[in-house]
Amino acid sequence: MRIELEKRPAYSALFSMLSPFIALGLTIIAGAILFTALGKNPIDALYSFFIEPLTELWSLHELLIKAAPLILIAVGLSVCFRSNNWNIGAEGQFIMGGVVGSIVPIYFHEWNSFIVLPLMLIMGMIGGALYAGIPALLKTRFNTNEILSSLMLVYVAELFLDWLVRGPWRNPEGFNFPESRSFNDSAVLPELFPASGGANMGIIFALIATLLTWFMMRHMLKGFEVSVLGQSARAGRFAGFSSTKMIFFAFLFSGALAGLAGISEVSGAIGRLQPDISPAYGFTAIIVAFLGRLNPLGIFAAGIILALTYLGGEAAQISIGLPDKVARVFQGFLLFFVLACDTLIHYRVRLVTAVKARTEGEGAS
Amino acid sequence: MTLAEAILLTITTAATPLLLAAIGELVVERSGVLNLGVEGMIVMGAVVAFAAAQLTGSAYLGALFGMAAGCLFSLLFAFLTLTLVANQVATGLALTILGLGLSGMIGESFVGQRGVQLEEIAIPVLSSIPLIGNLLFNQDLIFYISIFSVFGVSWFLFKTRLGLQLRAIGDSHGSAHALGISVIKTRYLAVMFGGACAGLAGAQLSLVYTPQWVENMSAGRGWIALALVVFASWRPLRVLAGAYLFGAVTIGQLHAQALGFGIPSQFLSALPYLATIVVLVIISRNRRLTLMNTPASLGQSFVPDR
Repeated sequence: MRIELEKRPAYSALFSMLSPFIALGLTIIAGAILFTALGKNPIDALYSFFIEPLTELWSLHELLIKAAPLILIAVGLSVCFRSNNWNIGAEGQFIMGGVVGSIVPIYFHEWNSFIVLPLMLIMGMIGGALYAGIPALLKTRFNTNEILSSLMLVYVAELFLDWLVRGPWRNPEGFNFPESRSFNDSAVLPELFPASGGANMGIIFALIATLLTWFMMRHMLKGFEVSVLGQSARAGRFAGFSSTKMIFFAFLFSGALAGLAGISEVSGAIGRLQPDISPAYGFTAIIVAFLGRLNPLGIFAAGIILALTYLGGEAAQISIGLPDKVARVFQGFLLFFVLACDTLIHYRVRLVTAVKARTEGEGAS
Repeated sequence: MTLAEAILLTITTAATPLLLAAIGELVVERSGVLNLGVEGMIVMGAVVAFAAAQLTGSAYLGALFGMAAGCLFSLLFAFLTLTLVANQVATGLALTILGLGLSGMIGESFVGQRGVQLEEIAIPVLSSIPLIGNLLFNQDLIFYISIFSVFGVSWFLFKTRLGLQLRAIGDSHGSAHALGISVIKTRYLAVMFGGACAGLAGAQLSLVYTPQWVENMSAGRGWIALALVVFASWRPLRVLAGAYLFGAVTIGQLHAQALGFGIPSQFLSALPYLATIVVLVIISRNRRLTLMNTPASLGQSFVPDR
């Protein structure tokens, strides 16, 4: 028995809608098998993983806090991936956004003004964009593979942040803990509904980025340019589009959004710099981008689902003692199933048994 | 043992996993497949090798299991990209993400345990050669395999019919298919070989380099191995040179950290990653040379037409 693919005459609109849902369904089945293998009741485990975090108001706030950076980064990555530029160093751009955005509240920690926060956000975006500009520059100037260079820069950014908070930026009144000063009130991202939980402005940024990017990709020439150059650089050149400029645009755009996510996380959720500011948001966002089928609106929904796996992982650890690594396994499964199901969009999948193959062969001869 | 000898010995230990993983990936890429999941396969190899060695008490069984784990894990990638023609870049990333998660889960109960170390095998007579004997002929099995794999792969690719077919597939899968070469089957085998090599590289980390299990202990070596293949312009002997160069950089920065020099340790730790970027820039600057050496079908999916 073997699997054969038959190219569809046109891509299937039905499966293009359905494939993320099929992938989610398959992930849940795989998850149930995994939980059973770990000796837990799969129904209980799935409940505490996917439903429990949604039953309480405070954890809905947590969901938005976790979804915001994922959506922001993934929306930027979708533009990058659509233009066939593989920026997989968003984690590093997230960190550099957090670092550059924190310059003001760390050096001018007594400055209280309404202008501090906008300044931080803009600097964060610039930091992320410049850091993403390095692989873009190396790719356009020296033809260097952007996958490897952007990824290597993640490790460099992590070490740089580590050095900052243990060295020059360590809080002088912090008893030698590897942390910066805590930000003052004017440097902290405001909460949306302080009465019920901690969700902050980050999710609003994510929403705005989603809508603007959707509009750009759908209704603006730039969006068309992204798609054309992504599908065929040659066709793009005939249309007069420059792939060099596109490489810079894609990297700076995604880097700026990752940087915004970084400074929003540092300013909103953490309130200071510390060695570890991201639970691998930059990598999980790659899954978000693909689950959302590289469409900003889809990504918004996908970001909430992936945020749920972070929360579900914590909830399941507390309520039924599942190891916290389960969340990452889940995320990995999800990406695999999403990629596998995408095949259905362009191909019909047929199982060919030995008998059938033989009769077909006879018919042909 | 002199100090120089000790340093050289640590360099070989640091270079071996890079060498193995890169040689495996070289064969995969020569067949036209880009598997970015090397990091995931290494870390799976490391955790399974460690677990198997702990449970059976034998480091050799551990290494064998690590190799098998890498190979099995790569099948997942092969099925998605070769049978279901999924995007190779995205699937490779998926393999890495899943590998890092899964290995953390499997290894959770092994954290902090003292591991079993793969012992050295002294080759009679040769190991008594002054200066180089101890260095080259008194090593563990994985080291010997890594060196052997360079020459084995070199011979296979350039001196055998099967190797020629594999390179033909990598350069033009359409033409190879028209000639009656089985593209998909060959690529499956190549990917599995790459997986086994990465698994063994992982086993080296958890059985030789630091005989213990630490989460994410591959620490970017899979990505460095990928860069090494580009650096070596897809030639086995250059991979050998590149891996030892990187081993030297890694060990050099560790010694520099120990000596201090007043340079913050984080900057020194960042050196191997920065060196990778610099080397990539230098190699890929020459556009024509890169184009000439890159397997022409690299990263492209193949669906046989009838």
